[in-house]
Amino acid sequence: MTPPVDATVQMDRHSIIAHIPRLRRYARLLTGDTHRADDLVQDTLERACVKWKLWQPGAEPVLQLRAWLFTVMHNVFVNQWRGKGTAAAREAVLIDDIEMEGPGRDPGLRLDLERALGQLPPDQLEIILLVALEDFSYAEAAILIGVPIGTVMSRLSRARTRLAVLMEGAAPVKTSRPQLKVMK
Amino acid sequence: MTVITEDDLHALADGRLGPERRAEVEAWLVGQPEARAKADAWRAQNDALRTLAREALNEPVPQRLLAALHPQRQRWLTAAAAALVASVTMGAAGWFGHAWFAASGNSSVAMFAAKRFARDAMSAHAVYSPEVRHPVEVVAAEQQHLVQWLSKRVGTQLKAPVLQAQGFDLVGGRLLPGDSGARAQFMYQNAAGERVTLYLSAVPKNTTAVPTAFRFESNGPVSAFYWIDRDLSYAFSGDLPRARLLQLSELVYSQLGG
Repeated sequence: MTPPVDATVQMDRHSIIAHIPRLRRYARLLTGDTHRADDLVQDTLERACVKWKLWQPGAEPVLQLRAWLFTVMHNVFVNQWRGKGTAAAREAVLIDDIEMEGPGRDPGLRLDLERALGQLPPDQLEIILLVALEDFSYAEAAILIGVPIGTVMSRLSRARTRLAVLMEGAAPVKTSRPQLKVMK
Repeated sequence: MTVITEDDLHALADGRLGPERRAEVEAWLVGQPEARAKADAWRAQNDALRTLAREALNEPVPQRLLAALHPQRQRWLTAAAAALVASVTMGAAGWFGHAWFAASGNSSVAMFAAKRFARDAMSAHAVYSPEVRHPVEVVAAEQQHLVQWLSKRVGTQLKAPVLQAQGFDLVGGRLLPGDSGARAQFMYQNAAGERVTLYLSAVPKNTTAVPTAFRFESNGPVSAFYWIDRDLSYAFSGDLPRARLLQLSELVYSQLGG
């Protein structure tokens, strides 16, 4: 039995809300700025509202909705946010958030790691966040950003190697981020 | 046993190997300290990444993100076509708040919408002015960014009035949802810890704004003066005596108008 259309809309909006916190975390690390991150999430949610009818839930609707929302965010990021100076925004690496975390962990380490993330090319940054932070499988990540799985693996490898070098304190030659490549 | 590749090391670090393959890879790594160290380092990297920005998972979702899921807001953001629909729909009594701006001659509808705007302003004041840790989304230290950002979202150039001579410093601002689009709130605080807020909303482009006199509205301890000037409607709220609130409202009006 098919539920009435309005009920489906309601259900989807409600399910989307549950994913907002993770979208916000991902966006913060992607943009390096709390406010810009929420702008990105807002654009993503607005886009998702327009596009939601195209989304077809499958066997695991919750996981699929999550993957779909991240796909929408990826597309918004690539199409609208590319080249809007993410590097400049990164200068103010989420310092407020780090101070708010309280004692226990080494805030210096997190600060270094966030800075290092800011020096990854956006395509590598996206992959490592999707895999390591968001726990998407390689196949899911490949579908999500629309590249072959081999590309996912090579970007992941480069991201991890680069991140390790940056965290060893090797001074980067340049701090500016390369432009995001559009892979078609 | 198939050849072990770097992909297997990634999959091991990410916990993505099945039990059999995992056992094979682990066994192979015994004789490969370099590869072992690599996989371990990657796993540690994952753990470190997961400590970042965790606070985002526990923060309440901002109103503006919840509002983004409501299509009437989007209709407003997509300008012209929506404006046409709006002008047709405007006849229906009690439609959205911007009926206030319609100058349609239906003064009771306009009055109702204006009061509702003032009530929204007072609610926003009551919700956010007692906040200790997060009274604002963007602090005054980033004033330029704050004003630019709010202007972009509200859809018209805003200015934060200066009330320092009256003892009130800008704390910062936040974005809030409204019937016909985003609204902005600027918050000020004096040395005694009293807070006042200025709440603004853009007058939709398709309507003619009629400048109004100050109107007064109160709701419990919070009162507000509200008015329309040019392309913006304003409400200035606080838990202050009426005369003092009026004095501040007039100052805001004189700074931002004309």
